[in-house]
Amino acid sequence: MDAGTSSRPAVDASHRRALRYLAQRPPLVVALIMLVALLALVITEGLQPTAQRTVNGFVSGSYFALGAVGLTLVYGTLKLVNFAHGDFLTFGAYIAFLFSVSVGLPLIVAAAIAVAATALLGVGTERVMWRPMRERKAGLLQLLLMTIGLAFVLRNSIQFVAGTQPRTLDVDVESSVAFLGLRIGRTELIVVAIGFAVLVGIAMMLRSTSLGKQMRALSDDFDLASVTGIDTDRIVTVTWIFAAGSAGLAGVLYTSAIGTLTPNIGFFLLLSLFAAVILGGIGNAYGALAGGLIIGLAQEWSTLLVDARWKVAVGFIVLILVLIVRPQGLFGRERTV
Amino acid sequence: MSVLAVTFDAFTNVEFWIGVGVLAGAYAIFALGLQLNVGYTGIVNFGQAGFMAIGAYAMGILVVDHGVSFWLALPLATLIAMAAGVLIGLPALRLRSDYFAIVTIAFAEMIRYTAQNARELTGGNQGLLGFDDDWVEFSIEVQDSLASVGLGDQFLLPLLLAVWTTLLVLTVLLRRVTNSPWGRVLRAIREDEDAARALGKNVFAYKLQSLAIAAGVGAISGYFLVLNLAFINPQQFEPLVTFLGYAVLVLGGLASYVGVIIGAVILWTLLEATRFIDLPLSAEKVASLRFIIVGLILILLMAFRPQGILGKKEEMVLGD
Repeated sequence: MDAGTSSRPAVDASHRRALRYLAQRPPLVVALIMLVALLALVITEGLQPTAQRTVNGFVSGSYFALGAVGLTLVYGTLKLVNFAHGDFLTFGAYIAFLFSVSVGLPLIVAAAIAVAATALLGVGTERVMWRPMRERKAGLLQLLLMTIGLAFVLRNSIQFVAGTQPRTLDVDVESSVAFLGLRIGRTELIVVAIGFAVLVGIAMMLRSTSLGKQMRALSDDFDLASVTGIDTDRIVTVTWIFAAGSAGLAGVLYTSAIGTLTPNIGFFLLLSLFAAVILGGIGNAYGALAGGLIIGLAQEWSTLLVDARWKVAVGFIVLILVLIVRPQGLFGRERTV
Repeated sequence: MSVLAVTFDAFTNVEFWIGVGVLAGAYAIFALGLQLNVGYTGIVNFGQAGFMAIGAYAMGILVVDHGVSFWLALPLATLIAMAAGVLIGLPALRLRSDYFAIVTIAFAEMIRYTAQNARELTGGNQGLLGFDDDWVEFSIEVQDSLASVGLGDQFLLPLLLAVWTTLLVLTVLLRRVTNSPWGRVLRAIREDEDAARALGKNVFAYKLQSLAIAAGVGAISGYFLVLNLAFINPQQFEPLVTFLGYAVLVLGGLASYVGVIIGAVILWTLLEATRFIDLPLSAEKVASLRFIIVGLILILLMAFRPQGILGKKEEMVLGD
């Protein structure tokens, strides 16, 4: 009996324990992967470029997360895969454009109107389409195709009124702030600040308020929530207000960051939003927030390694990888897959 | 008043109807594949435009870069598209159907981005040209022999005949396949996956076969669409194509191959004939209006007649 053979099982056991510990904590694993990726990029590509892309990643992560949180809330609560969600972003952006450029109001006021209008649109679709269809016990494909129909109607109505030519929002996309050798656009800084403030607000609302808890309960198990006496109609309406309102804001923030808008921006963003939602675990609001940030960072980091035109494909690759490795996402549970 | 004056020339214009016929035929083939998946197997394939793109680009690249004959490239490219169906199906078919829908659309978009950005291979947004010499030669021969019976002056007539012949052959084949014992298993899976599994059927393998066949059928529809334009570019494979395919599918009705043909003819007549309605609007606005109408059709059909025109309500499993 020498010491070497007797200690080996102990080492194996501790390895196994460590692996099991990690397997039960996918968010930790992802955080570690992100950290390793970040370090690898810093070493191979240099600190300054990596830090700059990280800043950019937080900018796009903020509107991805905002867009994704609404998509996931609606899915969780109503089991509705809303292909029109991207066009809610477009709608918000164009309302902001209408009131800021055409009417001449300050952008911040126009943005508030846009959020309200998009929230109203969301509630409107709930009343006219989704509630009657729920009462009829419509199936998955029926609802899916209705959201696609709605997407067609929204996008082409916007196109009918505003035309396909790119519109320019009256924002300053030129001037930028520099700190520690990193540059961030003045407008982008405001975008990130507003985006994160609202995200933290939504997260806190979901975590601490009675309303947020009821929303999460409904998202978790609709029938169970309704037998415990939650006023489901009211919570569904509130969910739509939040989901569509945050989509409208995401649309305004996105177009403010890049300065131009076309009727296709929402659909263009939609698949990145789906990637964020599935990464975080479909139906899980915190997951969508984390997923949005991760997709934003992954897309921007990728530009250090490959041409920026592949950026969008990174989201799809993440999406497909997650579904192969861990289809329930970071925060999702097995049964939901 | 010229507010709603319809120029009836449109309805007597042979060229116009041949154009509509080619598009309707190609989309009917496209939707035949969807019908096998959605209507008969109950898998919600949203990546059909991606399979179409793989088929079309594989064919184009084989002909242009590798000197393969056009006629040989067609079956080869179809096999490649079917292999892609298996490849994407292996991970994705294990997922629940709403995940499957999202993954397949992401897959199709990835194919389109690749086509757009891998410029050395696909020509990027410039497109791929010169794959159709053999076809044009053949088409002219057909046109000449049609001329001898007095049908010679329509350039697209041979393509129209090819599309509709293919459509009819595929419809007959798919009907036979779905009426076979194999097809009955597909329908059993659609009705109740667990029951089919309990009977000892390998549900996953059947779904994979269904997806692979649909991918091949999607590729075939793509050949006609690219021949119609004489070039291949990424814009031909936008998700819009898949969505229009679904509009064709639900218009005609689920679980009916003939319905698909009717749906395609109705949709394309509607889309194209509106060009001739003399609205006091710009072409761009009319285009938007057309897709608003398509959207409304989808919404209203799903709300009030989800089984479509020919679909059978008892054959419709739209739930999860």
